[in-house]
Amino acid sequence: MTYLIQGETGDWEVVIGLEVHAQAATAAKLFSGAATEFGSEPNSQVSFVDAAFPGMLPVLNGKCIEQAVRTGLGLNAEINLDSVFERKNYFYPDLPAGYQISQYQQPVVGEGKVTLDLADGRTKEVGIERLHLEQDAGKSLHDQDPRRTFVDLNRSGVPLMEIVSKPDIRGPEEAGAYLRKLRAIMRYLGTCDGNMEQGSLRCDVNVSVRQAGENTLRTRTEIKNVNSVRFVMQAIEQEAERQVGVYESGGEVVQETRLYDAGKGETRSMRAKEYAHDYRYFPDPDLLPLRLTPEYVEQIRATLPELPDQRKQRYMESYGLKPEDASVLVAEKEAAEYFEKVAEGRDGKTACNWVMTNLFSVLNKQGRSVTDSPISADKLGKLLDLMADGTISGRIAKDVFEIMADTGGDPAAIVEEKGLTQITDTSAIEAAVDTVIADNPGQAEEYKAGNQKVIGWFVGQIMKATQGKANPQQVNQMLRAKLSG
Amino acid sequence: MSLDIDTVKNIALLARIRVADETLEPLAHELSAIIGWVEQLAEVDTDGVAPMTSVTETIPDLREDVVNDGDRPDAVLANAPDGVDAFYTVPKVVE
Repeated sequence: MTYLIQGETGDWEVVIGLEVHAQAATAAKLFSGAATEFGSEPNSQVSFVDAAFPGMLPVLNGKCIEQAVRTGLGLNAEINLDSVFERKNYFYPDLPAGYQISQYQQPVVGEGKVTLDLADGRTKEVGIERLHLEQDAGKSLHDQDPRRTFVDLNRSGVPLMEIVSKPDIRGPEEAGAYLRKLRAIMRYLGTCDGNMEQGSLRCDVNVSVRQAGENTLRTRTEIKNVNSVRFVMQAIEQEAERQVGVYESGGEVVQETRLYDAGKGETRSMRAKEYAHDYRYFPDPDLLPLRLTPEYVEQIRATLPELPDQRKQRYMESYGLKPEDASVLVAEKEAAEYFEKVAEGRDGKTACNWVMTNLFSVLNKQGRSVTDSPISADKLGKLLDLMADGTISGRIAKDVFEIMADTGGDPAAIVEEKGLTQITDTSAIEAAVDTVIADNPGQAEEYKAGNQKVIGWFVGQIMKATQGKANPQQVNQMLRAKLSG
Repeated sequence: MSLDIDTVKNIALLARIRVADETLEPLAHELSAIIGWVEQLAEVDTDGVAPMTSVTETIPDLREDVVNDGDRPDAVLANAPDGVDAFYTVPKVVE
């Protein structure tokens, strides 16, 4: 199942490392009291610190540290009690200070690991290299005026957690699974809302290729600022194929920064000038080194919620779910909570089937999320109860479900109103069975002659005659008895 | 350590300071002298001594996660030359 690119000279393996910028969920910025809210009027969330007015000093927001440590613990990572903020110097109009405050040599979080859930139920571990805190830059708008670039500093100073993976990822599918898992973990932890459209989760992708069996890493390129899981996967595919093409035509891959153009489906060089990478890092003299205590870290650890991996394990153990189903359910915290409400005191597998097959397809069709589902978990549970106690058949349950999806109604009331209660009265079923057999002597003969399959056709006819309200098992038994007799 | 002219040119570029060609040479001398002076510190044996970041062992003050600043675009943009609406503007930086 390894992802390989078939080249003219053989198979090529793809080696990927991801740098994810996740906005730490806070009300205020990393070093100022301005708001972090998305989509506000330009420059309305800017303090003099964020605009780098002379003499303004940064003061660290404690919540940002807490969110970074919390995320680190969720990634099974080492927490560094001593960490240092440094200045990363470069020139750009949306970076008013001329430097970004970031962590370089001593990040707050060290090595950790994430477990990926792959589509076929397998899992794979990907190492985390580090997590550090840094400021976001402002936003440049290049398309507002022919001669000028407009600058909005609302994002300037917004807290970002940069999460760097080890080069353990081996293809687009794994890269997608990594991003989804990281997002799920942070959403469970409440440390990042994971909203990729609003830029609270962005990704730089490092890609290199090597011939299958090679042990050393070749030159990598970095694709900057890819903002959806799908684009990350596409960009990797395109870039890996481009690199294979370069090697196979006798060329060398150059270490450079590239951009993914989703419209054209290709990556292209940003032709960054070489001095751009001379960041001249040094410890920020305005900020003391950060020192955390073991007690502080333990306090945060004590408040960690159940995380996706633990929840998946629990679903497999207590509900008997398959690993691939359990990972789909836990991927979104809200979906998992919905499922648990439905499964509570009922059969877990049935609940899982109804949520994953019927509910998800209705949500998909209506373009809704599980939080504004037309059918509440409570009502779906009641529907399953009606099936379990034999009030309605599985077939009728699907019809009732469709009505619930449109009206949000109560299943018992719908069954009552439409007269859908299953006929369990033996004489009523018997009458229907007798009529159908009498009307179809040819098929009855076929059965007697040994064609067992015709029984299914009979069941279908009787269900039709009873508008689906007969109990299929009962019909089946009765048919066999009567046809054989 | 002494700086050559190319290094000085590069530092000027990174700092976005325009330096006339004829002043590069004297500037290189001046900067080299400053570095030489600071380099005297290297004579002190600091093996096994942890870097000191503060005279007193202080823990940084942390800010509460409360919004108590911003929401004054007029003040922020008051000195911006050529501002448009609530934006700063600069000469176009991409083609």
